This record gives sequence, C-alpha cells and structure tokens, in this order.
Amino acid sequence: MPDTTPNSDVVALSSPVLQVDALTLAFGGVRALSGVGFEVKPGSITAVIGPNGAGKTSLFNTISGFYRPASGRVLFEGHDITTLPAPKRARLGLARSFQNIALFRGMTVLDNIKLGRHSHLKANVFDALLYLGRARREEAELRRDVEERIIDFLEIDHIRHAPVSALPYGLQKRVEMARALAMQPRVLMLDEPVAGMNREETEDMARFILDVRDEWGVTVLMVEHDMGMVMDLSDHVVVLNFGQVIAQGAPKQVQADPEVIRAYLGAGDVGALRQRLRGGAVAEAA
Amino acid sequence: MRIGTLKQSYIADAALFDSHTQKTWLGVGTALLLLFPFMASDYWLYLACLVAINVASATGLNILTGYTGLVSLGQAAFMGLGAYTVAIMQTRLGTPFLLNLVAGGIVAMLGGLVVGIPSLRVKGLYLAIATIAASFITHFLFANLKLTGGTSGLSLPPAQLFGLALDTSFRLYWVIVPVTLLMVLGAANLFRTRIGRAFIAIRDRDISAEVLGIPLLRYKLLSFGLSSFYAGVAGGLWAYFFRVVTPESFPLLMSIFFLAAIIVGGMGTILGGILGAFFMTMVPELLKLVFDLLPGGTEMTVFLSPVRTVVFGLLIVGFLVFEPHGLAEVWRRIRRFFHLWPFRS
Amino acid sequence: MDWAYLFEIALNGVASGGLYALAALAFVLVYKATRVVNIAIGEMLMIGAYLFFAFAASFSLPIWLAVLGAVLGTGLLGAVVERTMIRPLLGEPPISVFMVTVGLASILVGLVEIVWTADQRRLPEFLPKTPVMIGDAFLAPKVAYGSLVALVLIVLVLLVFRFWRGGVALRATASDQAAAYSMGINVPRVFSLAWVASAMIAAVAGIIVGSIGGISSSMGVFGLSVLVVVIVGGLDSVLGALVGGVFIGLVEALAGSYLGGEYKLLATFVVLVGVLMIRPYGLFGTHEIERL
Repeated sequence: MPDTTPNSDVVALSSPVLQVDALTLAFGGVRALSGVGFEVKPGSITAVIGPNGAGKTSLFNTISGFYRPASGRVLFEGHDITTLPAPKRARLGLARSFQNIALFRGMTVLDNIKLGRHSHLKANVFDALLYLGRARREEAELRRDVEERIIDFLEIDHIRHAPVSALPYGLQKRVEMARALAMQPRVLMLDEPVAGMNREETEDMARFILDVRDEWGVTVLMVEHDMGMVMDLSDHVVVLNFGQVIAQGAPKQVQADPEVIRAYLGAGDVGALRQRLRGGAVAEAA
Repeated sequence: MRIGTLKQSYIADAALFDSHTQKTWLGVGTALLLLFPFMASDYWLYLACLVAINVASATGLNILTGYTGLVSLGQAAFMGLGAYTVAIMQTRLGTPFLLNLVAGGIVAMLGGLVVGIPSLRVKGLYLAIATIAASFITHFLFANLKLTGGTSGLSLPPAQLFGLALDTSFRLYWVIVPVTLLMVLGAANLFRTRIGRAFIAIRDRDISAEVLGIPLLRYKLLSFGLSSFYAGVAGGLWAYFFRVVTPESFPLLMSIFFLAAIIVGGMGTILGGILGAFFMTMVPELLKLVFDLLPGGTEMTVFLSPVRTVVFGLLIVGFLVFEPHGLAEVWRRIRRFFHLWPFRS
Repeated sequence: MDWAYLFEIALNGVASGGLYALAALAFVLVYKATRVVNIAIGEMLMIGAYLFFAFAASFSLPIWLAVLGAVLGTGLLGAVVERTMIRPLLGEPPISVFMVTVGLASILVGLVEIVWTADQRRLPEFLPKTPVMIGDAFLAPKVAYGSLVALVLIVLVLLVFRFWRGGVALRATASDQAAAYSMGINVPRVFSLAWVASAMIAAVAGIIVGSIGGISSSMGVFGLSVLVVVIVGGLDSVLGALVGGVFIGLVEALAGSYLGGEYKLLATFVVLVGVLMIRPYGLFGTHEIERL
C-alpha cells in the first residue's frame, strides 16, 4: 500500500463539507437508519463500514437524494439539502458511484465521462440542433478538459472509444470514477470502489483515490469492506450496525473498539473465541 | 475504425464525416440527390418524396424510442396533429406554407408534451400502451370535431412558395428533401451534445442519469416534444403532398410502421432511421413489382394487400430474431470489411 | 331513470365482460409465466375462430370435433410461436418481445386474409338459441352461454394455479428463470406449456366471440380491449382478469347504450388512461420495486 499520511493542513480546522444529522429512515416497519449523524471534513477520506445490511447503501441513497429521511438533515457546505431533488445535488458538487456498475452500456467510455459534466454545460436544444456556435465550442472545450485532466489521470486513454460493455470489470470501475470526476465534485461518494477487484486493481484504485484527494482537493466518502483499504486510506471511520452509528473516529481507534468487533464477529466473548482458535491450533501442532 | 485516419484536433475527431472517403461519398450523394429529379419519372419522384417524409418521421421516433428508450405507438397521431394543423391553417387562414409547417410541428409538439407528462410514473410498456390510448383519443377527435371536417376530413390546395404552386412531385421534392435533410442533420448534431447524451443515459440507466444531474421529467418531455415536432412537420409535409387529410390517414398501423422502420433500420442510430424508413417504404413497391411479374396475372393482385401484411410482420419478427441491431449493423459490418480489406476482420 | 333498462344493459355488459375476462386470462397466463406482453392475443383468438370455421363449415365436421380441432390447432400455433419467436428473444429488452408479438399479429392477419379473404363470415350455430331472462331483463343467449363457459374455464385455471404444482412452477419461472432452472424446473417446457395453454384458451374465446358477432380478419381489434382489461386488473393477476373483464364489459355496455356505439372504445381508453395515472399496476397486479 502506498504511503498515506494524511495531508494535515487540508484535513484540519475547517467546517465540515458534508454533515448528516440524526437521520432516520424507515421502509414500512424496517428501520434502515436510526439517528445517524457524523461530519465529513473537507479534504479528508472518510470510510463508512459495517456488516451487511447495516444501512450503508441506504445512507448513501439518502445523501444522494433518492430516499427522503423520516427525520434528520443532510447538510452540504452548510446548506440543508435534505429535500433537494437528486439531480440538483449534482450541480452543487456531490458526485457518487454505485455498488453495481452503473455505466451507460450503449455508449463509449468517452461519452460516459462527458456525461459527468452534464449539469455544468450550458447548451440547450436549439444550440444542439444547430451545433454551430455554443454547442460546438462547449463540446471541444469539454473534450480537451476530459482528455487532459481525467483520461490521462486515470490512465484510460487506450480505451476512450471502446464501448463500456466490452471492458473488464476493473476498467469499468475506473471509467465510473472518471465519470464522477467529470462532475467536478467537491465531495465524491464511492460505494464499494474496490469490490470484486484483485490485489493489483485494488492498489491502483487506492492510488487514484489518494491522488484525487491530493491533486484535485476532492473530499472522499466511501463505503468499503476491504479493511486494508479502510485502515490505510481513511482519516476518519464511521461504523454502522442495524442503522445506527456504533463508533466513529480514527481508524486505529475504531479497529480496537469492542462494540465494532462484536458487530462483525457476532455476540459472544471474542476473547474466548480467540482462545479456542489458538488452543485448537496448538492441539493440531501437537 | 478506418485505418489511416489520424485526427489532430478534438473538433476534427467529433466531426460527422471524418475521412476523405466519407466526404467524397457525401459529395457524390449530394450530386445524385440534385440530379435525381431531372432523370426520374413521376412515379419515382412520388416515391422519393414519400421516402423523405417517412425518413423525417422515423428519425423523430428514433429520438424518442431508439435513443431515449421511451416506446411510443403514437407517432402517427402526432403526424395527424401536424397534418390537420397545416390543413386547417391553409384552408381557413391562407397563411404561408413554411409558417404552416412550423405551426404543425408546434401543435404536434404540444400533443407530445401532454402525452409525455405521465412518463415519469408510467414506464416501459405501460407508456407504450398509454400512447396507443392517446392515438385512439386523437383519432376520435379528428373524426368528430367540426373543425377537422369529421369523417370526411379536409382537402387542401397546393402549397405556395415564392408564387409557385407546389402541385407536382417534382416541385414538392425540392422542398421535402431539403427539409428532411435538415431534420436528420439536426438529429445527428443533437447526439454530439450533452442533450443527446442525456437521452441515451435515460434509456440505459435513469437512476445514474439523475445522480449525474439530469432532471428526468424535463428531459423526457424534451424528447417527447422534439420527436413529436418532427412528426408534426412530417405530417404537414404529408398533408401538402397528398392534399387530403382524413381521420383514417393516420391509423395506429402507421405508428406500428414507423416503429418497425426503426427496428429494421437500427434503433438508436441516425443511419438506422434513414435505412429503415427507406426499406419499409420500398418493400411494398418491390412486392408490387414481383406481383406484376408473376404469371398469375390480375387474379393474383387481390393477394397483394394480405401478402404485404404478412411480409411486414415477417420483417419485424425476422429482424428482431436474427438482426436486432437492424440494417445499420449490417451496414457497419460491410464497412468494416472494406476498411480492413485486404486484412481479415 | 329507467332502472330496468339499466339492469338489462349492466347484465349484458357483465356477461360480455366474462368473455373479455376469458381472453384476458389467456393473456395473463403468458405474462405470468414468461413476462411477455402478447399484443397478438386478439389475433390468436381470431385463428381459433377461423380454424373452427374451417373444420365445422368447410370440412363439415361435427361441432365437438371442430371445437377440439380448433383448440388443438391454435395450441400448436402457440407452441410454434413460442419456439420460433419468443424463446430466441429471451433476455432481450421487453420492447423487442413486444414488437415481435406485433409482427406476429400482422402475420396472422395477413395469413387469414390470404386463405379466407377479408370478408366477414358467420360461424355455424351451435349455442342454444332460447333467450335467457333474468327477471325482466333479456340476456342475449349466446352471450349468456358464452360467458358461462368463460366463467367455468376461469375458475378452473384459478384452481389449477393455486393447487397444482405446475402452477407454482409457472410463477417461479416468471420471477426468476435462473433460480427456477436450478430448482430443477424445466423452464423451456414451462414456457411452451404456458403459450400452448394460453393459445387454447384464446381459441375457446375466439369461437365464442365469433359465434356472437361473426368472424373477420379485423377481429383482432378485440385484443385492444383485452389489453385495457389486463391493465385494469393487473398484468399478472388471474383474478384481475376476471374483475377487469367484468368492469370493462360494463363500461363498454353503458357507454355504448347511453352515449352511442362510437363511444365504446373511447370510454375504454379513457378508463385506461385513468388507471395508468392512478394505479398503473392495476387492481391486483404486483408492483416490482426497483432496487437501487
């Protein structure tokens, strides 16, 4: 894993770029989120972890704007966006990737990435039909920007005209990241960015995430199961279980938290389990 | 990808016709289009105009169904709105020809917007069925309003352009074909910009589209409006071409015809709209030719209509089962073969 | 307010609604098992009616044999269609399958016109002719007996779905083909079965409808009303087909009598639009929730 000491001057004393406050979300009788609250500091990498079904994706969907919470608030750079429709959040600078790749299969890599910039472009229908003035200039400018800043950065220039459905999984995830970057985000929400990747792909993605934070100044919020990634990359970890925040803080601190360990390994004495396993290993060796 | 075509600027890479060979063919094509009316008989001119009108309407439907993924069986109804608007304006107001066409497009566009309003709640096949309902309701209106002349419809005098009456296929060709070309060009341009991309995004995965900042309802309505504008203009041209508009002129079957045209041609490609409309318009003529050549003589002509119906159905089924990406895909394969020749693909 | 008249109209409406329900049942069967919207259901009805005509009138077979022949023949058509047109399109977007059925409808109409011409014909009489009176209300006998047959068939299918193992298999293949396969369900056979059964039921409906109003190559337009029925009732609900059928039958009868014949189809479509706006999945249909 690359060297990851956080960039302390960026992480320090600024007001949170994203904040959720006592979020409660229910589907019928099921409480997906109960009083979830935490802050994301600008320029930080925050990880949201928890066992399956803990509510991580529901949390993301609420922040994205697909679910409206029963109570609580979502604040983006101090503005309350709890009831803001999802498409409008993009323009504010909130970008997001999905757990299952959500690329547009009918388009090439380049077109997918260009779509990320959609909410910042200005051409309207009439400009588009004529393609003489504004649309043409805008498209050329967009292309240059995407090529030089994003495609280069993510090392996907060799596949720019490929249809995304023809790409292997790892590259598709990278294209999705590229599209999210095209949105010129302030906050990038990544839902399991390295799910299903092998060692090498994971390391590449980790490097990209760090570079995104360092070179682009983007704040990263990610849901992740790969504990190595979480421990090495994040400045701050939030642990969810059964829709509630059971711990948050620096990675090492959270790792040692007994509540967190219990959530992952189930109830029952962890010490006794460890003993049994060690004892069994000794018995085998004997 | 064509061998040996290097681009040195981004603008060049985004051009519609990007190689010397393509530009040459474009020149040849334009020359042919300009010479054709002088060499062709009235029958072929008639066909050319009909093909052009169908290309315009099919391109519009392609925007909505092929690119945005909103299945519509209402294209004929929107054409009807355009046709009736043109007929009413020409006969009652005597307003100029081009103005009537634009008005026809606008009225059809408004109809499209109305039909598109439920498209957020009503998806996929349900939307298709809603468009069938819209089709029936407009048919009912056409047949029962005094304004539209009831079941006998309206007949209109020829269009007037610069003092010249457009009453022959030859004269109409010079209006219909350029208008169609402009519309097709507009559609091609659309998909080089963010608006076209947004349409495709909505088709492929509308949730992702929303996350990227595309307001779904607005863009779906835009797609409906644009495609029905195209239909309205095509309907207006149709009205000036046939000079009679009745409620039976735009039946549900015609909507099915256009849907079949874009399927056969290739949904989601501009070329597909052109090829499909051309093919579907010419097939009945081809059948007529075959029937004329058959030894049965006049007794066989009674079978022409049902055979045409069967062939129509077979084309739809055949293409869907064997070549779902349509003629455009076949064309692409042929081109690839020639690009790579003498290398194998 | 002439209540007796209203009652008579309503009664006839409900009875003809039973026929709609039968045709809707054929539709629902296919949708329940294969998730396919069969726009050609009206045309399959037509084939059933024409086959009966061919066997009973042209070949002068006894009525029961003609019915059997028509039903089996249409069933065979269903199997052929499933094998050649539907199965190759497994996994394609629903619009493609929908369009295939549109193409099928066209082919069937054309074929009928080639063999029998587009003229309207009458089917040999076999339903009892004695008028049916319920109180003072007159019920057209063909409609009455026809809807009785329809009702019996519907109840039969409802029971089959509920209690027979095959009914469960049908539902399983509809919701998840891969899972059904791994459970040992012969998915292709289930598909074929559904289409054959649907076609046979459509044939029965076609024979009855043809007996009432004659047969012609444009009989398939009946299918549009059936479409409305299944939207109202729910695309995958047998009970919905029954309720929806009766409802639409009523609506058409009332519209036809009080407003005029040309308003029948309009009324139906207005109902359609209303249902699509308020409750798009119909009264009893299942709402698929999209997982984000």
